[in-house]
Amino acid sequence: MKVRYFPGCTLKNRAKDLDTYAYRSAEALGITPEEIENWQCCGGVFTTARDEVATKLASVRALKDASDSNLPLVTVCSACHNVIKQTNHAMQTNKEFSDKVNRYLEADGGYNGEAEVYHYLEMLRDLVGFEKVKERVVNSLKGKKIAAYYGCLLLRPHKVMRMDDPENPTVMEDLLRALGADAVVYARRNECCGGYISVESPDAAKKNANAILENAKAAGAEMIITACPLCKYNLVKNGADIPVVYFTELLAEALGVKGEPNET
Amino acid sequence: MQRVGVFVCWCGSNIAGTVDVQAVSEALKNEPGVVFSANYQYMCSQAGQEMIKTAVKEHHLTGIVVCSCSPRMHEATFRKTAVAAGLNPYMVEIANIREQCSWVHKDVTAGTEKAIILGKAAIAKVNLNTPLTPGESPVTKRALVIGGGIAGIQTALDIADAGFPVDVVEKQPTIGGKMAQLDKTFPTLDCAACILTPKMVDVAQNDKIRIFSYSEVTDVRGFVGNFDVTIKKKARFVKEDVCTGCGACVEKCPMKKIPNEFNLGMDNRHAIYIPFAQAVPKVATIDPDACNMLKNGKCGICSKVCAAGAIDYKQKDEIIEETYGAIVVATGFNPISMEKFDEYAYSQSKDVITSLEFERLTNAAGPTAGMLVRPSDGKHPHTLVFVQCVGSRCESCAEKGKEYCSKICCMYTAKHAMLTRDKYPDTEVYVFYVDVRTPGKNFDEFYRRAVEEYGVKYVKGMVGKIVPEGDKLKVQASDLIANKQLHLDADLVVLAAAIEPDHSARPLATMLTASMDTNDFFTEAHPKLRPVESPTAGVFLSGTCQGPKDIPETVSQAGAAASKVIGLLVKDKLTGNPCVAIANELTCNGCSSCERVCPYGAISYLDKEFRMPDRTTKIRRVASVNPAVCQGCGACTVACPSGAMDLNGFMNNQIMAEVDAICK
Repeated sequence: MKVRYFPGCTLKNRAKDLDTYAYRSAEALGITPEEIENWQCCGGVFTTARDEVATKLASVRALKDASDSNLPLVTVCSACHNVIKQTNHAMQTNKEFSDKVNRYLEADGGYNGEAEVYHYLEMLRDLVGFEKVKERVVNSLKGKKIAAYYGCLLLRPHKVMRMDDPENPTVMEDLLRALGADAVVYARRNECCGGYISVESPDAAKKNANAILENAKAAGAEMIITACPLCKYNLVKNGADIPVVYFTELLAEALGVKGEPNET
Repeated sequence: MQRVGVFVCWCGSNIAGTVDVQAVSEALKNEPGVVFSANYQYMCSQAGQEMIKTAVKEHHLTGIVVCSCSPRMHEATFRKTAVAAGLNPYMVEIANIREQCSWVHKDVTAGTEKAIILGKAAIAKVNLNTPLTPGESPVTKRALVIGGGIAGIQTALDIADAGFPVDVVEKQPTIGGKMAQLDKTFPTLDCAACILTPKMVDVAQNDKIRIFSYSEVTDVRGFVGNFDVTIKKKARFVKEDVCTGCGACVEKCPMKKIPNEFNLGMDNRHAIYIPFAQAVPKVATIDPDACNMLKNGKCGICSKVCAAGAIDYKQKDEIIEETYGAIVVATGFNPISMEKFDEYAYSQSKDVITSLEFERLTNAAGPTAGMLVRPSDGKHPHTLVFVQCVGSRCESCAEKGKEYCSKICCMYTAKHAMLTRDKYPDTEVYVFYVDVRTPGKNFDEFYRRAVEEYGVKYVKGMVGKIVPEGDKLKVQASDLIANKQLHLDADLVVLAAAIEPDHSARPLATMLTASMDTNDFFTEAHPKLRPVESPTAGVFLSGTCQGPKDIPETVSQAGAAASKVIGLLVKDKLTGNPCVAIANELTCNGCSSCERVCPYGAISYLDKEFRMPDRTTKIRRVASVNPAVCQGCGACTVACPSGAMDLNGFMNNQIMAEVDAICK
């Protein structure tokens, strides 16, 4: 099965692991991710100003590309996914916004939110199926105590993202179990890592990151997985003493397609 | 040919504002059969009705069309007028030109045109009307109350007080319901048991009331005045009429680690048990899933110690069949499961409890004899956090909570907080709320006392997360008024869980063909004017099965339901609805399609002899409708492949004539 794939800027720089292993794993699971040609930055943050158009145009282009090729659009970075999914929702529900965007884009046929957007985790759950993932595991992660860290952007706002219960999510734990690992469930798995506040007020970010790390370790975690480059940055920078890796890396390892590491 | 009179109502400006009533009565004058047409300001008024009566006499009318409001509003009125004028009441047709026309249109031209069309359709129909005569059915003077909580108890007592026999069916081993589990009641703080248990005793001692405890309704057939009900009395392995409730069996039972439902699993009971000291009936019940004797035949101690010889390990479920004139639903509520709200760590810490568990924890007859301690370590809690609206008013999380307000939580939380501060002045008590809703007699005064006299700290904002760390519960919340995040270390957290209808309500509603809303609360016949009646005739609603309610409201509604039941049971006969299905035996081929779709079980089959054209005799299977059971829903007329089923008052040819008139 083919999907259109939107990697995002960070995945071509600091978060190469997230990208590379997503590719390798997808292929091992029979999915062919086709990277959208000339994709541009998603905008980074979905601005809540309803009349703001310019920062959302790149997302619309990616969405239109998927819609034109009649394939689902798959993203893997939490932040990109959040922006693209929210933009798509705005295109579906806010006529004034979509009219304005379409006037800017002047694209053939216009675009009104027809594309289907999947996060890579949703793709694994809904398009591939965790049962199938389980069947393809060659290096089981049996005995490894791994905690999933969701952060904020992956699941919120729930009304738009519609991925999992933002307060009691299970999708990453279900993935961990499919890979054979012991999923460590801990309370702070959906708390904010500090996000961009680490630029302005590093202490505040440090406090948040530490609370998350301590809570995960107290619950017995030996490793943390995440889908978000910024979450990983904050956890690692603020002194994580257990490994923090992207979920795709763990997936590739379990599927036996990890191969050569990226040069970073 | 009918002689039809048309009466167009203005309904003040309700109709006349958007419909040119003069034009309507003029236009309808020339319809087939119409010999008289007029309009008037208020057709339902005394003068309007007189106008109809006079016209019937002067113009020898045989049919009446009233263009007015919905037939739900005034069809009965105009039928009475027809009777007073000497006509059969079913010779009246209503064209709804208010709800379905003037109220929904703004343009007078379009509104008038539509009103004329609706009038034409009614005229086409009344031309084909035939006089109908309703049958009569007797009323069985006995009521059934389903549910033995405070709602069912009050309804049963009130019906019995009027002299009618009542049966109460309760699925638990004792009546009493949720109220029996409560500690104190707001806003007067009298003890729940002190006011409830005398009523339970009254029920037990009333010779008009029979209690079927540990029993369930499994089937309901029939109709208002004559419901045939099957009740399954589950085997309790104890002879109810022999057991004295002495409790010797309970003391000696070796299986003593069974979670006690009455205390919400906060302590244990034995395999043979009496739920609580004031249980009614006060007889023991054996839990078949826990009893060694019933599971593998090894034990039998309770039988040996029972001086009365009441233990019967071979007891079987008993099926009781009884006929009732009226049924009252009083199935009550339950707090929702906290499973989907694990952000509050209910499954992670024993010290996060629900409000109902808090009631047991502070109840003198509860698992701690009323000592407020942490369930985890038995220590006295110093900081308590109450979280309101857990699962209530969940607009953004409807898939895990409820969109409605559970109504009782604000008041019982104020009560819990106040009583905690009163009994343990060393405590710090926080209440997190979305809104504080206290409309009720002396309710707001009560809440203010909690804040002003007892120093309960009310914080507007929701708790976002509770993290158990060490022996503390880290509470993360927002204070919306101070606009800041709060972090508290609590010893005990109490969740005000939303309430939902008992799970037995949905299958019961199906048995009763009583309607429910999307939240599984029973629907009332009219939200304002018929609040204790179900739209299904003979089925009445009492207590929280109809919507969240506190005790005073439940008791008022229970009394109201009882008075409606009494009003029904004093009648000797009920006039039926003549608009029932009829089968044309000549075209019926006995295929059973109609029987399968009939929700009331009104259709059966007869083997009937028919004379064939060649003078032979043939026995054919044909449908036969019981007019006393048929509710006139019309499902069979649609299902019948040969068009043999028809509905009095809504005959196929009448409906087609209406459609033709509209499409002309």
